[in-house]
Formats: sequence, C-alpha cells, structure tokens
Amino acid sequence: MFGLPRKLVVDSAELQRRFYALAREHHPDFHQAAPAEERARIEATSALVNAAYRTLRDPIARVEYLVRLEAGRETKEGDIDKPKAPPALLQEMFEIQEALAEARSEAAKGALDETTRATLAEQRESLRARLKDEETRLAGPLSARWDSAAPAERPAILAAFKEALATRAYLRTVSADLTETLGGDTEAFGRAIEGRHGSAEAPRTRGGMGGHIGAPHQ
Amino acid sequence: MSSRIIGIDLGTTNSLVAYVDEATGLPRVIPDAYGRPLLPSVVAFTPDGIVVGEPARRQLARRPADTVYSVKRLMGRGFEDVKDEARYLPFRILAGEGLVRLAVGGREVTPPEVSAVVLKALKERAERHFGESVEKAVVTVPAYFNDAQRQATKDAGRIAGLDVVRIVNEPTAASLAYGLHRLSEGVVAVYDLGGGTFDVSILRVKDGVFEVLATNGDTHLGGDDFDRVLALWLLEDIAARHHTELDRDCVDLARDPEAMQELRLAAEAAKIRLSSEERTTLTIPFAGFTYRRDITRAELERLVEPLVTRTLGPCRRALGDAGLTPADIDEIVLVGGSTRVPLVRRRVQELFGKAPHSQLNPDEVVALGAAVQAHILAGGITNMLLLDVTPLSLGIESLGGIVNVLIPRNTTIPTSAREMFTTSADGQTLVDLHVLQGERELAKDCRSLGRFELRIDPMPAGMPKIEVTFLIDANGILQVQAKEQRSDKAASIEVKPTYGLNEAEVGRMIEDSFTYAEADVETRMLIEARNEADTVLVHAGRALKQGAHLVDVAERAAIETAVAALRAARSGDDRDRIHEATTAVNRATEHLAEVLMDAALKGALGSRRATEILGER
Repeated sequence: MFGLPRKLVVDSAELQRRFYALAREHHPDFHQAAPAEERARIEATSALVNAAYRTLRDPIARVEYLVRLEAGRETKEGDIDKPKAPPALLQEMFEIQEALAEARSEAAKGALDETTRATLAEQRESLRARLKDEETRLAGPLSARWDSAAPAERPAILAAFKEALATRAYLRTVSADLTETLGGDTEAFGRAIEGRHGSAEAPRTRGGMGGHIGAPHQ
Repeated sequence: MSSRIIGIDLGTTNSLVAYVDEATGLPRVIPDAYGRPLLPSVVAFTPDGIVVGEPARRQLARRPADTVYSVKRLMGRGFEDVKDEARYLPFRILAGEGLVRLAVGGREVTPPEVSAVVLKALKERAERHFGESVEKAVVTVPAYFNDAQRQATKDAGRIAGLDVVRIVNEPTAASLAYGLHRLSEGVVAVYDLGGGTFDVSILRVKDGVFEVLATNGDTHLGGDDFDRVLALWLLEDIAARHHTELDRDCVDLARDPEAMQELRLAAEAAKIRLSSEERTTLTIPFAGFTYRRDITRAELERLVEPLVTRTLGPCRRALGDAGLTPADIDEIVLVGGSTRVPLVRRRVQELFGKAPHSQLNPDEVVALGAAVQAHILAGGITNMLLLDVTPLSLGIESLGGIVNVLIPRNTTIPTSAREMFTTSADGQTLVDLHVLQGERELAKDCRSLGRFELRIDPMPAGMPKIEVTFLIDANGILQVQAKEQRSDKAASIEVKPTYGLNEAEVGRMIEDSFTYAEADVETRMLIEARNEADTVLVHAGRALKQGAHLVDVAERAAIETAVAALRAARSGDDRDRIHEATTAVNRATEHLAEVLMDAALKGALGSRRATEILGER
C-alpha cells in the first residue's frame, strides 16, 4: 500500500510522507461531491489507510502484525492470541501478583505500609526497565534479524517474536496492576509506557475473536 | 448557489458563524445587524414567542425559569449525568430516562431543540449576509465529546434546517485557523478552555497535514464553573454581611432563581474585569438592600485554582498518549474565552515551559477554523488536510460486563473494526449488542451509546456468523453494519440510542420548529398590534378626560364608540381587526387632538405640555 519494501525496520519519515500522500488521496474531505455509494467506499479506504499506518508506524505493532500474518499462513484459524511466555517469567509474575493481592487486602484495612509500598514501587521500576528492554530488543535486533534472515531461519525468529510479545504482555499487565495499587505517578511517565497506543492488550482482558455470544432475546 | 458551506462555532456561552472570503482567502466572522460577532447561546421561551441571543441574555435575570443558557452542557446527556448541576440551573430539568428534557415556557424541549434555535439564528444571519439561502454547515464540538453528544449536535442542525456536513473538533478547528498563516511546521498543543468544556489536543503539522496525535479533556469544566464557585462564595459573604436584612425579609437567596441569576451574572462580569484589573467592585442590587464589595484577582485565583489544576491532568495524559513530553511541544495555542484568565495562562506556560500563542481572538478562532474546514469541503482549499482522532475508546460489552475494546482512543478517523458474532440458542433471531465508549474496563463504568439489535434468520446455536463492522466516520460518529456470512445477507440493525433521539423524534422536532417558528412570528405581530392598541387607548382616554368639554356630544359619542370597538378587538386574536380599530380611534380623535393642541398652545392647560396629553404619535 505504501510502496515500501516489506521489512520490519522501516524508514519512519518516509512512511509518514507516504501516509500523508495516501491520506490526501483517499480522505472523504476531498470527495464531498461524489455520490453516496462512492463516498462510503472512500470512507472505507480511508479507514484502511489509517489502520495500515497505525500498524506500521509502531515497531511493536509491526511485529505483532507479522506474527499474525505468518500464523495465518500456518493454520487457518491460528490461535495467536494465547501468549506463550517462558515458565520462569510466569512463576515470577505469579509471585508478584500474590504479593500484590496481599498488599491490596492490607490496603483495604488501612493505609499501605511504607516498606511494602517501597518494595512494590521498586518492583514496578524493575518491570518497567525490563519492559523497555524487551521492546527495544523486539524493535531493534530481532526485527533487523528477520529482515536479513534466509527463509529457513524465519520460524526460529518467529518463535522468538512470540515469546518476546508474550513476555511484554505480562510485564505490562503486572506493572499496570502495580500502578493501580500504588496510584500516584501514572500521569505522564506511567501512561507513556503502559498505555501506549491505547490498546492495553493484557492477556487477561483479551476476549477471543468470535467469543461474544449475543444473549437470547425474548 | 446552494453549495455554500458555513462554519459554525456552537459554544456554551456564545456562538458564531464564519465563512472564507473568496477574495482574500481568509476566514471572516459574520456579525449581526449591530456589528456584534458573538451570538449569546441563550434562548428564552416567552409568552410572546422564542427569543434568542442578546435580547434573551438580557432577560436572564428577569425570567430565569424560561431562559435557557449553557445548554451545550446538557447535550447528549441523561438526567442522572446532570442532576447535580441541575440544582444550580434556574430552569427546570425533568427527571426521567434517556436524554435530558427541559420544562420551559410551558413546553417540554430537548437540548438539541434549544441548540437548533441558536443554529437557526446563525443560519439566518448568514443568509442575510449572502442574500441567499444557506443549507450546509460545518459545526464544531469539543474534541472530548462522545458519540451521543456529537449526534445530538448533528440532530440540532437538522432541526434548524441545516445539513451538518461535518462535525469538527474545536481545538483542531482552532489549529486550522492558526495554521493558515501563523503556524510553522512542528508539534502543536491546543489548550481550549471554553464556557463549559475543556479540551487539549496535540497535533503534528507537516506538509499541510494537520495530524492529531492525541486528545483529552473534560466536557464538564469551563468558565461557567469559575462563575459558579465565585457566585457561591459571594452568596456566603452576602449571608454573613446582610443577615439582618435577609432575616427581616425572610429571604433565602439560594432559593431565589432571580437573585441567583443576578449573582451569577455579577460574578461572571467581575471575573472578566479581573483578567485585566487587579481589583474590582461588585455592586448587586437586591430587593431589600444593595450588596457591594471589592474583590481582588488574588481572591478569585484562590477560588478557581482547583479548577485550573484540573485541566493539567488531561494535558499530561494527552502528552503521554502521544508519546511526548512537554519539551517536544513547539507551539501552544490558546482557545476559548476562559484562557483570558491570567492564572490559566500562567499554569499552561508552567506546564509546557513556553509562552502560548494568542494572536487570534480566542472567542473567534474556532469559528474561523470551522470556516476553513467548510472551505476545504467545498473544494476551495486543496492543500490542507485535517486528520483527527476519536477521543474515547469504543467497545462492546462481552460476557461478565467487561468491555472489549474494538477501537482504542486516539485512533485516526475514519476508522473501522470488524468483529464476528454468533448465537447461543437454537433458532435465535436476535443478537443484542451493547456499544460503549470510555476508558474503563467494566461496561457499567463506561458511557452507553446504545443497543444494536441484529435480526437474523433462525439457525442452530453457534451456526450464524455475523460480521459486524463498526465505522467511526470523519465526524467521530459511529456507524454500524452487519452481515450474516452464511447467507451473505445484510442483517437489519435497529439502533436504540441511550441518550439520543430516534429518527421519528427528530422528524417531529423539525416539524415543531416550523409550526412554532411560524406561530412565533404571528404571535409577535399580534403582540405588537395589541401594544399599539394599548398606547392609543391610553392616549384617547387621557384626551377625553382633558378635553371632553371642548368638543360636542356627537363627537364625544363617536370617540367612545371607536374606543369600545378597539377594546373589544384587542381582547380577540384577530390582528387585522385590532389594526383597523386602532386606526378608527386615531381618526375619531384627530379633531379632539387638534383642539387640545390649540388649547395647550393658548396655555389653557397651564404648564402641561400638549405632547404629554396627546402622546407621541
């Protein structure tokens, strides 16, 4: 769509320039005089252009998209939403969650005591640092490796992507949970990381596709 | 030429209409006949008909119960949302389900109908200016308005006979107005604090594209709140200083809508003066006493400080969502009358670390931007493009009352999302979707936009594959389409807006607006005729009293007959009959008037002037 090479490492200035050109070409603003049917088509195209740019401008979203594409190639209804994080990480996250649950019930009785608060805050900082590392690794070296890999190497990199994405999802969820309990400094810094690009794809709130069952109507 | 599109800023306090002047390529506000650019967004429902703008504003304190102001704060909302605020409003808000309804002037009206009166006045203003009918408009809304509030604004346009071809976010519109000449490329923060709403938008301006990166705000925070805290503070001060008079007259000012409205207006005026002066004197005449005191800017700032601070959270969140820090902002634009308050300017400057722009009049800049967008849509500008975002996440309620986000906030619009749905019971023919907007995890904490009922052919449970497409259009308004994939048939959707009007209601209101508008003109003319009759009757009565002895019996009888006829006509509704009877009295008293004039000139009536008796005909 954007006429750029299909690579994970993207020239973002060039991508933005091409997005603006496409946005101009397909924006409903410039097709006001068209018949209703054509305007609806233009609106749909415009929505597609916007979605494509949203995916491509963000290095992590690019990886996620690639994983989805590749998974679709392997199986028809590939269940790529289920994260496969390393067991060690799962164990660790579980422990933090437990400590957090304890702290919460404590906090419900009275104020959170200072030492617990400090420990939790420290944990959050460490999780955030790891999250950042994971994102940097995904967007940087891993993405570059994919671009230069021979077809035979790709499945291994793809597996690494999946694991890194799952790890990231857990780190985000737990650090967001910590923030929720601790409150406070979320405003600028916290949000920039945890709420980036809006969609909080925490594994526990993710409903699967086709999983919404409409209630029977009487 | 019906392709003309005007730009309208439908504000909480004031509204404006603007267009782009073909000759200069610059947007211009269209003033009223007296040269005033602002139309107060005040609508009075009087026995003489509907009054809008300045005349309505002037009677705010005289007819508080029937004069609606700040109706924008009620747009697209339910009674539950506004009941706290309703305590401070002098007009009646009816309790009930669905969207807010007001009881004013013996009628029940909805906020879109009230806004439609304002829009209609602006439409007429533009039509007078161009000498031709105007049917299309771009109307601005706060960026943080949700779907229901946007839809309500669009409905208001339809009721007013305007095709709202685009809803534009106010801060974005402002950036367009600045962007025309004054903005260099870079990242811009627009801080828009109006009468009732607060918005902040972060944009990247490059190659003529205005790309909104993030937006945030509070649709219930503005200058009105400044006025209210000041008015409540004054109320306490009055109670403390004038308790003797208040007790003597058994007056509870807080329960007296007229007094409260006086207080609010005085507070607003003092607030405005304190933006340029350090100290001002308030004088408010009440029934039994006059309240007078000095107030300093520091005192006002202490009162509004918490409100100003409340605007900083959304600013930080918008920056966070855009992935930026204050240092990344190249320019800051101030919009909205409340940004004239020095404390607001100081806090904004502190947050972003640089001085904000304010070359364009903060009251007019949004309307000017709306005109620019209108000109783009009309094909008059091709090098500028606005890419806005949806301010709130859109989702649907899934099992357990959890919101499944389909379109995250700050997604560039138009945008769409697809979801597959199926049935849970055999032969189920209806699937109910609850669409929500908001950032919370649980459906009950988010804003309910409405329910969509998909009707499908009966099939075994789990068999149907219904593909639902949610599209947020360039107006930020949701459109939903559904298709059953097995039969490839479009499923019918019935939309039940939670806080909106359905098609039939809008249709009825459009009709109402015509019947009422015509009745209003008719009534106004009837009132005028009666007023004139009253004047003539008073003068005739006075002349008879003064000069009965100066004319003969026949003439006196003729006058008395004419007067009786006019009295009879006046009590009826026939305007023409009143006119005729008035003319008849005038004619019958002509001779008497002359005689009286002579007598006056001869000094026969002492020191009284003839015109006093004759009236000013």
